[in-house]
Amino acid sequence: MSITLSKAAMFEAQAEKATSWRNRLLALPALVIIGIFGVLPLLIIFVYSFLQAAPYGGVQWKFSTDAYLNFLFQRDIFDDTLQFTPDFLIIYLRSFLYAVVTTVICLLLGFPTAYFMATRPPAQRNWWVLLITIPFWSNLLVRTLAIMFIIRDEGLINNALMGLGLIEKPITMLYTNFAIQLGLLYSFLPFMILPLYSSLEKLDFRLVEAANDLYATRRQVLWRVIIPLSLPGIIAGCLLVFIPALGAYVTPLILGGGIHLMIGDLIAQQFGSGRNWPLGCAQALILMAAVLVALYFYVRNTSGKIQHG
Amino acid sequence: MADPRTIDIKDQPGFRSIAILCLCVLYVPILILMIFSFNTGSLVTHWEGVGFGWYGSALLNEEFHRAAQNTLIISTSATIISTIVATLAAIGMTRVKPWRGLPAAFMVINLPLMVPEIITAVATLSFFALIAGAFGLNFGIGNLILAHTVFCIPFAYMPIRARLEDMDLTLEAAAADLYATPWHAFRRITLPLLVPGIMSGAALAFIVSFDDFTITQLVAGPGQTTLPLYIWNQIRRPMTPEINAISTILLLVSILFVSVSFLIARRRAK
Repeated sequence: MSITLSKAAMFEAQAEKATSWRNRLLALPALVIIGIFGVLPLLIIFVYSFLQAAPYGGVQWKFSTDAYLNFLFQRDIFDDTLQFTPDFLIIYLRSFLYAVVTTVICLLLGFPTAYFMATRPPAQRNWWVLLITIPFWSNLLVRTLAIMFIIRDEGLINNALMGLGLIEKPITMLYTNFAIQLGLLYSFLPFMILPLYSSLEKLDFRLVEAANDLYATRRQVLWRVIIPLSLPGIIAGCLLVFIPALGAYVTPLILGGGIHLMIGDLIAQQFGSGRNWPLGCAQALILMAAVLVALYFYVRNTSGKIQHG
Repeated sequence: MADPRTIDIKDQPGFRSIAILCLCVLYVPILILMIFSFNTGSLVTHWEGVGFGWYGSALLNEEFHRAAQNTLIISTSATIISTIVATLAAIGMTRVKPWRGLPAAFMVINLPLMVPEIITAVATLSFFALIAGAFGLNFGIGNLILAHTVFCIPFAYMPIRARLEDMDLTLEAAAADLYATPWHAFRRITLPLLVPGIMSGAALAFIVSFDDFTITQLVAGPGQTTLPLYIWNQIRRPMTPEINAISTILLLVSILFVSVSFLIARRRAK
């Protein structure tokens, strides 16, 4: 009897092992598709960044580190010396600044909103979540266009101000740094609110009551209880805003009008009118490196905390 | 649901106003854009009267038809492929004993979410240029379908995986005890329970593909204009409210699919 039982257990274990193995293979098609059409292209631009540009776009298969040198230096036409040209670096730093400002303002607006949503009764909460989810998934190009219509010279704001007689000629807002900053904020605000909300929704509000019972003021409850407990959500939200804001392409394209560039347009330019694919690849990889640094901090800061609950 | 207490201890001063401000900030520009699509005048910002004229001229436009057709071909194909492989992957990565490669596999699935879109765009462009140059391979509109499938997979994967993790494993175990083969147990138990997750995932995959601009713009060849590319082409010409009409149609499609996905997910939560 005991032998048959243990045999049965063995068979079961074997069968389970076989299913487990077969199930692993189910992940294969997705991994192969992303591997070939997602990962391989990244390796290709890594290789491309060490090649020479072909005159009409594309690459020539000759090793060269020009792409990386061109990022910071320009070769003098006369004596072939390298001269430091910070143009690209300035665009990178400016994009970084835009992304930081976007993240901070989104957090300042998003945290109170997410907290307010999380403290509503469940029925109301669902409506709020749906209302924030809709812009999250709506077409970014169209949403950016909506901002453009409002801030144009003949846009709604200028028309209203002139109609009221407050200004005589339109205030130029479109194609300025302000326009890009506004567009980024508008684009990525839902990206901050939703992860914050999902973190705050799980918050144990009995802790707020406990703090209140112990004579903590509202401000103290906020800073000493709520914010520390929602830190994983805050970090996730900041990252979800910072990364796409740093690599933004549509926003500066439409609201910057090609005058004020961000990293995204700079990269795209090398593949279009710039006709310097290796330089574009190098610029893309430098952006990728910045993103990886951000992700590294995220993983390091959250991996410990998630395990604790 | 009126709260008898006037002051809730959970409330923080000023948070309500900020929440309402955020809602206005998010919706006022979209609503203005939508309202102006009903303008009878030919200026995007000057109101003349209510009419559906611009919808008519948009819907009769030959270029718009072609763009809509391309968009539907690409999004539908990418949605179907990505949803199938994402479903398989979600099963293959939840119904297994943890193994060493699992975190890496998870990272690969999520890779398209972590890489900024512009990098994916130029990388995909370089990839297709390379295989076209080296092997003479060009899949035409298939290039776009493949590019879209890659970034649709993680969006389809997330809700399906969440659904699998929420599922009561004892049902599958019970089926196995009653001598159901693994395939039968899957077909009769797991799959029916998984359908809401799959639908929700497919809806999200469809939206991200339908709305994609950055990757499509860089990868698209001549004659492969999609609706977002069509809008972009319109922006660079003198604008008429036709662009508002088309934008409104795009927004309504997004809203429809988000709401469907959201409602399915809500029903699950009950």
